[in-house]
Amino acid sequence: MTSARERIEGVVRDNEIVLFMKGTELFPQCGFSSRAVAVLEHLGVPFKTVDVLQDPDIRQAIKEYSDWPTVPQLYVKGQFVGGSDIMMEMFENGELQQLVGAPAR
Amino acid sequence: MAMAAAQIETLIRTAIPDAVVTITDLAGDGDHYSARVVSRTFAGLSRVQQHQKVYAALGGRMGGQLHALQLMTVAPEEK
Repeated sequence: MTSARERIEGVVRDNEIVLFMKGTELFPQCGFSSRAVAVLEHLGVPFKTVDVLQDPDIRQAIKEYSDWPTVPQLYVKGQFVGGSDIMMEMFENGELQQLVGAPAR
Repeated sequence: MAMAAAQIETLIRTAIPDAVVTITDLAGDGDHYSARVVSRTFAGLSRVQQHQKVYAALGGRMGGQLHALQLMTVAPEEK
């Protein structure tokens, strides 16, 4: 039995861009998660989502993993980037596009 | 369980005394706020670290008692 923390480490290691969120890409269950998905979709890069509402262990462990109290949480290349406010800020000033290597628009 | 804007501001200013805190009640329901926090103590910290400092000030209420807080942190020289 792998622990929640090991599963988080695995998914963050195996996927370049991972969003831990409430709900799914198609049906986000929270305004902040919805905003985070919209930003990633706008960037036009592939990303993996993990629905924490489907897994109470992950929901708890992800907060400890990043020392961050809320979901959504974005990870790029194994690094914790931030929640939806930081994503928006980095999107608006172009940092996020650079970080994920988004195609030019 | 909602929190009053003044309570949020007090918690932040207790932990970060030089903080200039601007709170906006987004939905008028006492449960969805945005906060802009300006403090010299943010200088040199990453955005994640700046936000973590504010979350620490809120002492575990974030994500629980306080559901929705849009946060923006600023070190004064960034303006």
